[in-house]
Amino acid sequence: MTFAIEALNVEKRYGALQALAGVSLAVAEGEFFGLLGPNGAGKTTLISVIAGLARASAGVVRVMGADVVADYRRARRMLGVVPQELVFDPFFTVRETLRIQSGYFGLRNNDAWIDEVIHHLDLGAKADANMRTLSGGMKRRVLVAQALVHRPPVIVLDEPTAGVDVELRQGLWQFIRRLNRDGHTIVLTTHYLEEAEELCDRIAMLKAGRIVALDSTRNLLETFSGLVLKLRLDRDVLPEGLGAEVLAGEDGRFTLRLRGHFELEEVLRRLREAGAVIRELELEPPDLEEVFLRVMARH
Amino acid sequence: MSSFPTLLYKELLRFWKVSFQTVAAPVLTALLYLVVFAYALEGRMRVYDQVSYAQFLVPGLVMMSVLQNAFANSSSSLIQSKITGNIVFMLLPPISYLEFFGAYVLASMIRGLVVGTGVLAVTVWFVELRVAAPLWVLAFALLGAAILGTLGLVAGIWADKFDQIAAFQNFVILPLTFLSGVFYSIRSLPDFWQAASHLNPFFYMIDGFRYGFFGISDFPPLASLAVVAVSFAVLSAACLLLLRSGYKLRQ
Repeated sequence: MTFAIEALNVEKRYGALQALAGVSLAVAEGEFFGLLGPNGAGKTTLISVIAGLARASAGVVRVMGADVVADYRRARRMLGVVPQELVFDPFFTVRETLRIQSGYFGLRNNDAWIDEVIHHLDLGAKADANMRTLSGGMKRRVLVAQALVHRPPVIVLDEPTAGVDVELRQGLWQFIRRLNRDGHTIVLTTHYLEEAEELCDRIAMLKAGRIVALDSTRNLLETFSGLVLKLRLDRDVLPEGLGAEVLAGEDGRFTLRLRGHFELEEVLRRLREAGAVIRELELEPPDLEEVFLRVMARH
Repeated sequence: MSSFPTLLYKELLRFWKVSFQTVAAPVLTALLYLVVFAYALEGRMRVYDQVSYAQFLVPGLVMMSVLQNAFANSSSSLIQSKITGNIVFMLLPPISYLEFFGAYVLASMIRGLVVGTGVLAVTVWFVELRVAAPLWVLAFALLGAAILGTLGLVAGIWADKFDQIAAFQNFVILPLTFLSGVFYSIRSLPDFWQAASHLNPFFYMIDGFRYGFFGISDFPPLASLAVVAVSFAVLSAACLLLLRSGYKLRQ
């Protein structure tokens, strides 16, 4: 089977620093894949190796089956990368930038597609403006457009919404989702965990150059997180033997962690038996932030 | 399906968009040199019998402009892309190191030749000039521009900041061009400095280029051409090795 991206035991050293310490993962075609981790975990290094911006010290990376070193021409044609830094060439207009980027991929009469990308990213009004005159959000859209000029089947976005306002972020995700529905594989790194939770089918978590969790978003949420139950009772002391982990409790307010919904009935039954009256009750679904923090703490 | 034409186009468009600074300014500088030096030294200095000092000076100034601008083009373009980070746009697509080399060097040559032609076009209003052997003029102009374009590329790869390019320009390129016989014939120098001038590759470019105009030179033109061609071959090989290794461009 051909994977959109396949990494096998990838290592990258910068002098004494081991940025990647043997990373293996496979992203299937059509997946929406998240790459999470704290700063310095190796996310951008991994993307750089996939994109050929950095060379792995050991290991193999393939994009749509093409080795990123031996068959770099095919691998790079298959890949569109939106870099994390807000970079641009101050000499050119938006349209010139896109035409030039397209020409780098050997595509010359590509104006119809360039117009379409400009339209979808809402860049029409600025198409003939110099890059220097664009706002940060607009520059970010041009970066996305540049990654798409050669219609790559695999798109990697490195922190695409860092410093982007809410409206643009929503618009951007709508567009990326559509690309994914149209069959593009999307790989995403982000610091906004709620975004990753909402968008990604599968997630890999990196820490210190290693993958510390790799599973479907759903499984990660179920395995690590459980539910959080918040209660306000008519008393300051929680009855004994509730069978759930107590995270916090004072002044009649208590926070408990449940392993799943099945524990809820048990806790309520014991509270009733102890004669406790519930004044307020809140049940929080699992979230990725909680999973993330627990995974990072374990490793 | 090649990236080369686009990369060349981008490099040309880049300097053409600021042509006032990249073409007009160096032409004006060369003209000022001509006016100041020719009027100050006319009559006091005669290098060849049938050639006035102003006539002698013009080919030197033209070649100096070709060389300096060829260097400035590739070095400033690459260092700007590295520092602003937009070099990533050239590193992500499947551009081979040969295409990269070809586009940067050719664009530099074109900038150098455009400025050189501009200097020539302006100075012929002031100085009567004939061209004895146009093919020699062309050969030295092309090779000289190619060498400096390549040197600019090497400097751009090596440098991490603008200061280093400026230092390279001020402490290497400028002394080598000024001491290569642009303003004088090396035969007027003491023996030691004459011998030293022969170690300066720029001397052969200027001297050979000037031969194309007057049919006279300080050094046999064919030997100069050989020196210049070998310099270009060695420098390009070094530059291509750097580009292939990804030195300072890919981590």
